[in-house]
Amino acid sequence: MSYPPGTIIRNTTAARINHWITAACFVLLTLSGLSMFHPLLSFLALLFGSGQWARAIHPWIGCVLLVSYAGLIVQFWRDNFWNWDDIAWMGAIVRVLQNEEEGVPEVGRFNAGQKFVFWSMALLVPALFLTGLVIWEYYFGETTTIETQRAAALIHSYAAIAAILVWITHVYAAIWVRGSMRGMTQGYVTPGWAWRHHRKWLKSLVATGSRGPRPRRAAEGS
Amino acid sequence: MSDLQSQNFIRISATTITPPAVRRHEQEVAKLIDVTRCIGCKACQAACMEWNDLRGEVGHFEGTYDNPLDLDPNTWTLMRFTEWDNDQGNLEWLIRKDGCMHCEDPGCLKACPAPGAIVQYANGIVDFISENCIGCGYCIKGCPFNIPRVSKVDHKSYKCTLCSDRVTVGKEPACVKACPTGAIMFGSKTDMTNWAGERIVDLKSRGFENAGLYDPPGVGGTHVMYVLHHADRPSLYAGLPDNPKISMLVEIWKGVLKPLAVGGVALAAVAGFFHWITAGPNEVQPEDDIAAAKLIRESGHKITGDAA
Repeated sequence: MSYPPGTIIRNTTAARINHWITAACFVLLTLSGLSMFHPLLSFLALLFGSGQWARAIHPWIGCVLLVSYAGLIVQFWRDNFWNWDDIAWMGAIVRVLQNEEEGVPEVGRFNAGQKFVFWSMALLVPALFLTGLVIWEYYFGETTTIETQRAAALIHSYAAIAAILVWITHVYAAIWVRGSMRGMTQGYVTPGWAWRHHRKWLKSLVATGSRGPRPRRAAEGS
Repeated sequence: MSDLQSQNFIRISATTITPPAVRRHEQEVAKLIDVTRCIGCKACQAACMEWNDLRGEVGHFEGTYDNPLDLDPNTWTLMRFTEWDNDQGNLEWLIRKDGCMHCEDPGCLKACPAPGAIVQYANGIVDFISENCIGCGYCIKGCPFNIPRVSKVDHKSYKCTLCSDRVTVGKEPACVKACPTGAIMFGSKTDMTNWAGERIVDLKSRGFENAGLYDPPGVGGTHVMYVLHHADRPSLYAGLPDNPKISMLVEIWKGVLKPLAVGGVALAAVAGFFHWITAGPNEVQPEDDIAAAKLIRESGHKITGDAA
């Protein structure tokens, strides 16, 4: 894909496809899962045809999500290591929330909030997958003890609620910080956006002459 | 069964409203299984298959009288045989008719996520309404007695209905009708409890000093009760739970945390909305563009494509 002149690349085409497969799975899992979680939300099952359909399709979508999220981990783990910049950035979180970016410590490709989303999901997705297998009645109903299945159902339900809370944070942040959404749909951002939100990332790209999303390595730099 | 009037439901699975309640004066029923009079003939099993039109697969002999070996979607009641060497060193053959206990506080109904898939009638019978069942197997996790079984064929959960269709028209359950020794009786819960009391006095006079009624309080009592010669040790009878109650894990899963979690999710969305209308969007400012352009220009690299 070609990107408009004057822009830098935030996410590669592969990363974007990977991200939106994951996103679609997550939304479908949330809708079908919530339909089996609380009676007030049981109407959501009708989006899948019926309760039987919602119950049947849910674990298969979960399998796709696990593979898809593993892909996201492969693509993004390097830029999500926790460092001292994140502590400093967290210290200025009130200013960030008030849109007063002046004086907020500079961060790299991802800020502490984005890293929190990444690692939360890196923990929750496998936890949901494993507990989900235990309560997948058709294939694994006789594999474990009923007491194990009770524990798995409990963990699965509330891990899912945690994941949905993380997801709401993620989606709202993408709406709130203008320009972010295009970074994940068309893949590019403006240098001004990068200067405002991810200045260290911009500086690393500029210093190595890379258009993004990652700085050029020394060997291929010159 | 689903053609009974909804006024007869006093509990409905996955429902937040109060079920129609005007008929709650209805008398509660109970089935009393007098284990001490059972001869293990399996007439009850055959009658259950016959009335409910169930035909399980023919299995294999596994060296026990239990046939089939376990409850399944086609086996709603099952004779379980236990050979027990008692304290005097004598063999006692303990035979228990296993099946749904029809708990006053049904764990299956508490765990069920499908509206109206499990109901409790005013007479105490707990029934699965197959057309509403989604086949998730949560009832299995809710049940303290390990009774429901989900079919691999139609993905519906099955168990004893206490012949709710027969009881509705004033008949006793099929197993009661078939029992040749009167070991299975059916009537109001009060009558059955009184009758069990007389029977227990009789058993005690004949040396069964621990004889008693199994009507476990941990699940609010049951609408299927046993007279046991060894009521102090129910687990002798093929693992009948000594003190059944809904698992703490299920209570937490289906307890106050559930509405709180839904509320928390809604609150998070609302919080986002209010941030949007107070702080508003975070937009890139002209000075950001100028600073970025300066940085790129001074670096000497053309990173933003040819036109930059």
